[in-house]
Amino acid sequence: MAALDSDSDEDLVSYGTGLEPLEEGERPKKPIPLQEQTVRDEKGRYKRFHGAFSGGFSAGFFNTVGSKEGWTPSTFVSSRQHRADKSVLGPEDFMDEEDLSEFGIAPKAIVTTDDFASKTKDRIREKARQLAAATAPIPGAILLDDLITPAKLSIGVELLRKMGWKEGQGVGPRVKRRPRRQKPDPGVKIYGCALPPGGSEGSEDEDGDYLPDHVTFAPKDVTPVDFTLKDNVHGLAYKGLDPRQALFGTSGEHFNLFGGGSEGPSNLLGDVGLSKGRKLGISGQAFGVGALEEEDDDIYATETLSKYDTVLKDEEPGDGLYGWTAPRQYRNQKEPERDLRYVGKILDGFSLASKPLSSKKLYPPPQLPKDYRPVHYFRPMVAATSENSHLLQVLSESSGKAGQDPGTQSRHQLNASKRGELLGEIPIQGSATSVLEFLSQKDRERIKEMKQASDLKAAQAKARSLAQSAASSRTQPSTSDLGHCSWHMTLGRGAATRASNFKPFAKDPEKQKRYEKFLAHMQKGQNDALEQCLDPSMTEWERGREREEFARAAQLYVSSSATLSSRFTHAKEEDDSDQVEVPRDQENDVSDKQSAVKMKMFGKLTRDTFEWHPDKLLCRRFNVPDPYPGSTLVGLPRVKRDKYSVFNFLTVPETTSVPSAPAPRAKAPQLQGADKSRKPSRWDTSDQEKKEDSISEFLSLARSKVGPPKPDSSPSGNKEDEQGPAALSDKTVSQGVDSQTEGEASRPSMDLFKAIFANSSDEQSSSSEDEHDASESDREETEEASPKSAQEAALGEASVTQGAEPAPAEPAAPFPIQKMQIDEREEFGPRLPPVFCPYARQKLETPHKEKHKKSKEKHKTKKEHRRKREKKKKHKKHTHKSKQKSKKSEKSSSSESTESSDSQSDEGVLDLSPQELLRRLKRLPLRR
Amino acid sequence: MAFPEPKPRPPELPRKRLRTLDCGQGAVRAVRFNADGHYCLTCGSDKSLKLWNPLRGTLLRTYSGHGYEVLDAAGSFDNSSLCSGGGDKAVVLWDVASGQVVRKFRGHAGKVNTVQFNEEATLILSGSLDSSIRCWDCRSRKPEPVQKLDEARDSVSSVKVSDHEVLSGSVDGRVRRYDLRMGQLFSDYVGSPITCTCFSRDGQCTLVSSLDSTLRLLDKDTGELLGEYTGHKNQEYKLDCCLSERDTHVVSCSEDGKVFFWDLVEGALALALPVGPGVVQSLAYHPTEPCLLTAMGGSIQYWREEAYAVEGGAG
Repeated sequence: MAALDSDSDEDLVSYGTGLEPLEEGERPKKPIPLQEQTVRDEKGRYKRFHGAFSGGFSAGFFNTVGSKEGWTPSTFVSSRQHRADKSVLGPEDFMDEEDLSEFGIAPKAIVTTDDFASKTKDRIREKARQLAAATAPIPGAILLDDLITPAKLSIGVELLRKMGWKEGQGVGPRVKRRPRRQKPDPGVKIYGCALPPGGSEGSEDEDGDYLPDHVTFAPKDVTPVDFTLKDNVHGLAYKGLDPRQALFGTSGEHFNLFGGGSEGPSNLLGDVGLSKGRKLGISGQAFGVGALEEEDDDIYATETLSKYDTVLKDEEPGDGLYGWTAPRQYRNQKEPERDLRYVGKILDGFSLASKPLSSKKLYPPPQLPKDYRPVHYFRPMVAATSENSHLLQVLSESSGKAGQDPGTQSRHQLNASKRGELLGEIPIQGSATSVLEFLSQKDRERIKEMKQASDLKAAQAKARSLAQSAASSRTQPSTSDLGHCSWHMTLGRGAATRASNFKPFAKDPEKQKRYEKFLAHMQKGQNDALEQCLDPSMTEWERGREREEFARAAQLYVSSSATLSSRFTHAKEEDDSDQVEVPRDQENDVSDKQSAVKMKMFGKLTRDTFEWHPDKLLCRRFNVPDPYPGSTLVGLPRVKRDKYSVFNFLTVPETTSVPSAPAPRAKAPQLQGADKSRKPSRWDTSDQEKKEDSISEFLSLARSKVGPPKPDSSPSGNKEDEQGPAALSDKTVSQGVDSQTEGEASRPSMDLFKAIFANSSDEQSSSSEDEHDASESDREETEEASPKSAQEAALGEASVTQGAEPAPAEPAAPFPIQKMQIDEREEFGPRLPPVFCPYARQKLETPHKEKHKKSKEKHKTKKEHRRKREKKKKHKKHTHKSKQKSKKSEKSSSSESTESSDSQSDEGVLDLSPQELLRRLKRLPLRR
Repeated sequence: MAFPEPKPRPPELPRKRLRTLDCGQGAVRAVRFNADGHYCLTCGSDKSLKLWNPLRGTLLRTYSGHGYEVLDAAGSFDNSSLCSGGGDKAVVLWDVASGQVVRKFRGHAGKVNTVQFNEEATLILSGSLDSSIRCWDCRSRKPEPVQKLDEARDSVSSVKVSDHEVLSGSVDGRVRRYDLRMGQLFSDYVGSPITCTCFSRDGQCTLVSSLDSTLRLLDKDTGELLGEYTGHKNQEYKLDCCLSERDTHVVSCSEDGKVFFWDLVEGALALALPVGPGVVQSLAYHPTEPCLLTAMGGSIQYWREEAYAVEGGAG
């Protein structure tokens, strides 16, 4: 605590002992519950509160309740064996320890015996005895005890007596002085500075006793200073009602609240003796008359309020009584204090001061003049100008200044310079006469501006009134001219600050135009600006109205814009609402990295390191301490950037083109004719077939004239489906559907073509489309480079024989791949490998399963035939809306085309050995 | 101590095909070993996930609940749960024994390319076409991910997790390594779209395969190029790569139907294992033994070293 106080707050005073500072992680102590708050004695035993003297109660036989086995005698000793040392038991043997303690019934504390005890200590006891005596049924009984003093005196008194001391004398060597007459009122103590009046001398002089020289006297008995503390809230020396007074019923007297106690107990006996058979005991209201009392005098009238003083006042001197002890005091009338007007009973411990207090000097208030009128009036504040001089005059007349000459200004209306002028002083040159002089140029201008604004307002009001008058009396052009002049004045001043973009009549462009014209004229200072710009076709009334409006608008907005523009400034920065948080660190300068990769200089050149904040939970799940324990950040630190910048969300565009550079180079001839609607994806390998696309589009366009649904909806067969219709999963189908929609979206013209050409060429196409397709593809092949045909051929083989080696074939074959791309158009990055028919491969690897394979393939070819038939039916029905169907048909068409182009039967294709297929494939030019 | 250190066995490569399993679930998009290598998972394009004993060739359980093809799966360290992600943009947490869906985490905006458990299987990290990696909490019932790592600029093709790192490869040509302990993100530019990344088993290197038909071994700490492996073909498809069980060889799928093995240090082609005519779509290497699983088309192949003797018998 002390340490705490000294270092932290020395100014503060702390009471009590502070609580112990809590340890780190320690829980605050719980309060001990009531049932566990036990009391133990010095030896640690539980203490039972029993027995009336130690604050408990006795329960059970000899307080046995609560003990372990009830009460058992502590020790039983057979008297037979130990008869000889039978000890005498005192009461202490049966008492509890508590009883012997300080507050028990037999405290074993060291106390002074009565012999040595001083008498002063039991004052309380005496008081109690007095009270008991007063209230006792036999009144004098206890007072007798006082008379019959016990032989027992304290040892100090005895010693003093032996030394010749007598009661009532002072202690000390005897003195050769006149004996002090014992004051009857020894309680007078002197406080304060003033010496007590030498009352004793005076009285002794007057006494004139014989004083022999050889007689010595005992020293004056000094009443010891009463050091009893004042422990009540009564006034000084207040003692309350004296019980003797109150109880002994001195009915004729006043109760004096003061000084009752100053009478010693010695008086008590005398009073009692003087009461001459007056009954003791409580008499008064509500007590009635005791059985022992003979007369029942005025029991109901002993207490009246008339006995009490209600007013503090001088006592009647004639009475001779100042309080109930007055007669003795009264003898000291000649003493210096007698001239005091109020001498009551002097308070216990006080004496009268010798010097009167010097009276305070009072200063009388100033004398009011006789004609003073206690009325205040407020002087109206009217500046003296030429216009309102009349008003001033009226005001001054009303305020009792009628006698004043209106021509001579009062001195309050003069300023210093004027007064100086009157006095004939030479005005001080150079120094400022106005506060404005002290202001800076800027401030002055601003003040001027403000002033102008207020002037403008005034002028505006004026103009309004004038305009009104002009409107009311249109026939008088002179007044309106006057109005124009005022506008000119105001507008000329405000023109510089006018906000040019303000258009009060924006709703009516004609009017706005006129207004602007008006303003322009006004700025040039032409007086007839308004007349010029007003529409001549307008009626007089309209013209007047507009004139008024223009004037008002011009003045209003000039002034407001002037004042407003001085208060507001333009925002320096735009709101950042069009900004967005983006990672602070970007992986940038890919070109450098690209070159580094080319040079195979991996390491520092290709590495970016960022601060990255893992989530707290992530760290916990990984059992890793949080690397940034304080941060609430998660992920990369972010900064605000422009929201609409593409670079926030994409890397630098080089990244997209550069890594894929080798591939396009390899496929250069195929790269043109990009599909515009495609989403840009750098890894989309479909780029390869883009040229293909354009050509095929052309082809399909041509084809569509003949066989509408097959070629155009998607010009190539789905390779996956071709290869393994058995393995065709619903997934691929649905994918195909999705992609189909996209494909159509990109090329809506096909549908158009379909719609146009479908019905016309339907019949023939159903039968001859194969040939058409074949011829088309043939033409295509002749037109295009040799790889094309080879691919076509390979495609056919693959489709029939289920692709001995589909992977190389697939990229080479243009149509299937395009189909694939349509399927996975939305995907980025490396594609998933195609779904191969597992049996096809197994056939290659495990020749013993070939039969099974073949049967499967037959089945497949059957399927194809069936599809063909279906398709033909469909064509007849003109149903080419369903995309899936069209896709299927296209598949079959491609297979048909290959079939036809090969001019081989299914069987023939099936006979093709895998070796042959491989050989063909090897002939294919690789893409890269 | 008196004996000399036994000469380390020359690493054997799984050359012998022990078994071919026709999974019967469409194309096998991915094949994965479980934590101890006794079982494997195949992700099918017919929305199903299957658990196999590859040695015996027995199908243990089929997990169906995906709404689209399953693209990747992983097993937890204690084999009690599986996670998978697929084209339905959902990440699913499975109970192995009951085959029930425990949780389905939705939030990705694109198909989920790859999923991984963390070490204690308290989190699932999923990389998606929406160019984000999301960390899903398996413990709480929160529907949102714990954190979304959306630093990638393009589809996230591969995610791998170590005890305190997350390695991701993205089609934007960068390998990003999130180091949770250091609170840093290391981004290595490779240039070509990345199809697969993986840690070496000692945790010092990262193997990166990209669409320029190259595998690169990068130092994890500095990003320096330690080795380059070429010869295979990987230009279009998302193919897997990995390291052999003792980090001796680099293994990669190829589009020409082979699995390529390179010596890690020398960078020389050790073996081109012909698997079949199609694209080897996925592979998984046994965690402790020279044992390889490959997926091609709708089937998976189980490969062991030459000296391996079948003790289980044909199943």
